[in-house]
Amino acid sequence: MSGEARDRLLAVGAPVLLIALWEGAVRVGLLDARFFPPPSLVIATFGRLIGDGTLVRHTVVSVVRVLGGFAIGASSGIAAGLLLGTIRPLRVALDPVISALYVLPKVAILPLVMLIFGLGETSKIAIVAIATFFIIIINTTAAVVGVEPIYLEAGRAFGARRLQMFAHIILPGALPAIFTGLRLALGTALIVVIAAEFVAAQQGIGYFIWFAWNTLRPEEMFAGFIVISTLGILSYAAVRWIGHRVMPWQEDDRTPEGRIDHG
Amino acid sequence: MPDSRLHGSPSAEEWTAGAQNPKPMPPKIVISNVAKVYQGRRQPVVALDRVSLHVDEGEFVCVVGPSGCGKSTLLRIVAGLIPQTSGEVTITGGDRGKPLHSLVFQEYAIFPWKTVFENVVFGLEMRGAPRAAREAAAQDWIGRVGLRDFADAYPRQLSGGMRQRVGIARAFANDPEVLLMDEPLGALDAQTRLLLMDELLRLWDADRKTVVYITHDIEEAILLGDRVVLMTARPGKPKATFTVSFARPRGIEVMASPEFASLSYRIWEALRDEAIASMGIRTVGGGRRGMETRA
Repeated sequence: MSGEARDRLLAVGAPVLLIALWEGAVRVGLLDARFFPPPSLVIATFGRLIGDGTLVRHTVVSVVRVLGGFAIGASSGIAAGLLLGTIRPLRVALDPVISALYVLPKVAILPLVMLIFGLGETSKIAIVAIATFFIIIINTTAAVVGVEPIYLEAGRAFGARRLQMFAHIILPGALPAIFTGLRLALGTALIVVIAAEFVAAQQGIGYFIWFAWNTLRPEEMFAGFIVISTLGILSYAAVRWIGHRVMPWQEDDRTPEGRIDHG
Repeated sequence: MPDSRLHGSPSAEEWTAGAQNPKPMPPKIVISNVAKVYQGRRQPVVALDRVSLHVDEGEFVCVVGPSGCGKSTLLRIVAGLIPQTSGEVTITGGDRGKPLHSLVFQEYAIFPWKTVFENVVFGLEMRGAPRAAREAAAQDWIGRVGLRDFADAYPRQLSGGMRQRVGIARAFANDPEVLLMDEPLGALDAQTRLLLMDELLRLWDADRKTVVYITHDIEEAILLGDRVVLMTARPGKPKATFTVSFARPRGIEVMASPEFASLSYRIWEALRDEAIASMGIRTVGGGRRGMETRA
């Protein structure tokens, strides 16, 4: 068998084996079905909830909250980060404030956000926007400051003026690190929206999982986990895809990690 | 102004403007008493100590010196990228609309987010050259450095030597009065360097621009230059000047001549003390020997 075929078999076979073991363990009573419902039941439940539209409805609500908050947080975070990165006095003045607010877990200020924005959609979008804003402003500022000095020097040596420097050197030089920030922020946006929906929503995938707990239906919880994992994977892939479009000069993906032992 | 580009040495061209008023051609670059002092942590650090240097129109001057002697600092002052503490730099412009100088850095200074073409056209684009003219010039220079098939490639797809061809084309295409090169081949492997030296000679020979070329490599300096200026260890200042008299157009074959070897040795002898000084090593009985021509 070729190395590649073996790798593929391992990559597909291991999860399948794990799920089979789980199923078996529940059936013989090694795993408590009240906490770990058998995969067969989880899959059947997932299918039923997709079929009757329940999961789709909650998923759409969560996705709209994430995208809305992320759009606001990312656009303002990138704009503010570019300003902070290029204007030194502004950076020096605001850096302590931003760093202090950055380390504050955003879930902690959820009650305050609800107090200000009420119980409706606005508070959920606002908390996502706030959480993503701080990650992105910090990453964007660092990205601008981290542009290799040799590129700035080359730009000036060839007579680039302020706006030209920004468009031709600073922005493209900072883009890779800005995208790292976007990817991080989107992951955080998912966490924050689920947490907000746990405590303060009547819809959304977080609410759905919380409700499944209240009604003691673990298989529905697991169906919710599947949705969240899928959202995580899709959002990661989306940011990467956009990254490739925006930065065609970038290295293609490195070979997967842990490929040292193909001897 | 007459075209003096075809002449190699300054003595060959006494420009006579009017029969009764003979005047020497003014140097293209005049560096007079340029000093650079950095504010160090405890005390000021003198990087350059009153450097004076003239470079004639069409002359290729190489500056060699131990690392940290301030030769790159000098080049950046000439390029107007950093201010000098005192002294003056004058570059005589000819054509209006031509940039005074263009820099060639080491090969990693080309923009990774721009294609070969976008890199080469950069200088012309920044100073607003008409689109048709700048695209023609860029294509021309991409062809001259042998990258015609790679015009739309990104730097990551190129080898180190190809990247530096882009860096060289970027500066040449800008058509400056003066070319300033800061160890352009310093980061390349030995074979690539030899190939590129040969190529640089050929490219330069086409229109013989005035060049100031920084290097730490003596053989590179002799092969390329009309004159080799040796700098002292910090604080840097010219210590000696060596005239290189190999005929132009020149090729890599001059490296095989005994004259090349003996000049190379003479420069090394002069450089050795400075290299040792720059490493902070004291030699036994290490007085500095008297040198040949003072700059």
